[in-house]
Amino acid sequence: MSGAQTTDAELKADPFMNDDAIRAAFFEWLCRMGDNALILGHRTSEWCGHGPVLEEDIALANTALDLIGHTQMWLGLAGEVEGKGRDADDLAYLRDAMKFHNLLLVELPKGDMAVTIMREFLFDAYHHLLLKWLAEHSTSPRVAEIAAKALKEVSYHLDRASDIVVRLGDGTEESHRRMQEALELLWPYTGEMFAGDNVDAALSGAGIAPELTGLQGLWDEDVRSILDEATLKTPEPGGYAHLGGKQGRHTEHLGFILAEMQFLQRAYPGASW
Amino acid sequence: MSKKEWPLWEVFIRGQHGLNHRHVGSLHAPDAEMAINHARDVYTRRREGVSIWVVPSKDITASSPSEKGPLFDPAESKTYRHPTFFDIPDEVGKM
Repeated sequence: MSGAQTTDAELKADPFMNDDAIRAAFFEWLCRMGDNALILGHRTSEWCGHGPVLEEDIALANTALDLIGHTQMWLGLAGEVEGKGRDADDLAYLRDAMKFHNLLLVELPKGDMAVTIMREFLFDAYHHLLLKWLAEHSTSPRVAEIAAKALKEVSYHLDRASDIVVRLGDGTEESHRRMQEALELLWPYTGEMFAGDNVDAALSGAGIAPELTGLQGLWDEDVRSILDEATLKTPEPGGYAHLGGKQGRHTEHLGFILAEMQFLQRAYPGASW
Repeated sequence: MSKKEWPLWEVFIRGQHGLNHRHVGSLHAPDAEMAINHARDVYTRRREGVSIWVVPSKDITASSPSEKGPLFDPAESKTYRHPTFFDIPDEVGKM
C-alpha cells in the first residue's frame, strides 16, 4: 500500500538515503525528476484563466497542480538525500538556470493548444512508463512510493492528452495541420528523454531507476499507435536530438520562467503568506 | 475560427456506494466521453464520487412552472402521506 505517511521504519529501510557512494548521482537524478515536473507544471499553469473553454482551462490547471505536487515530493526527497538542509522550496526558488536539470522539451513555450497538448502527450507517454517502472521495480522504497502516488495522476494525464491528440489530429483540416506542425516542432526534443549519461548509469546500476534505452522501444510503440489513430505522420526515428537540459545547458526560454517563478523569493527572501 | 458552442450536459455524481446519483451541475462538452472527463476535472477533484453520469441537457423534459399548482397543490396539508411517524432504528442507516 502506498500510504500518505512515511513511517520511520520505512525511512530507515531505504538503503540509499544515507549512502555516500550514490549520494551525488541520486540527488542529481531526483532534481531532474522534480525539475521536469516543476517546469512542465509551470508551463501548463500559464493557461490558467486563458483556456479556450472553461472546462479545458480547469483541466489544464488541475494537471499543473498535480505536477507541482509531484515536484514537492521529488525535490523534498532530493533535499533529504543531499543532507545539507535544503528543502523543496529552496531547490525550486533559489537555484539558477544552470542548476535546473529538466529536459529541454518541458521548458519550450506553451505555444498554441496543439503544442501544449502534443508536448503533454509526448512527455506523459514517457513519464507514465518511467513512473510505472519505478513504482514496480525501484530498489529505493522512497522512490517507489512517490512514483506510485504520481502514477495515479499521470495515468489520467496520459489518457486525457491521448484522447485530445486523437480528436484534434483526426479533427478539422486546421486542427490536423496544427497538430502535425506541433509534432514536428517537438519531435527533435524527445530524444533527450532516452539519452542517458553517467547519472542515469549509476542509478540504473543500483536498480533505483530503469535503463532508459529499455523504455524507448515501449515509448515508440505507445506514441506511434496514438499518432496513427490521430492520422498524424510520425517523424522518422533516429533524427537529430536537442540535448543538454539534463546537464544544465538550456534554451533561452528557461530563464524567463525562472524570472517569473523565483522573483518573489529572490526579492523578498523567506516571504510567506 | 468559427465560434461554435459545445452542447450542455447535466452531471450526476454518486458520492458513495449505496447513495443515489445527485445532480451537481452542468458543463459543456462535444460528446459524452469528453463530458465525463470534464466532469471528473470540474466536479470530482476532492474525491467526491465513485460514479459519474452525464446526460445531454436537451434530453431532459422539465415540468413547466405554470403547472406548479395542479402538479403539487393537491398534496398540500396531507402530512399523513409522509412516513414521518415511524421510529427508524439507527442501524438501518440511510434510507
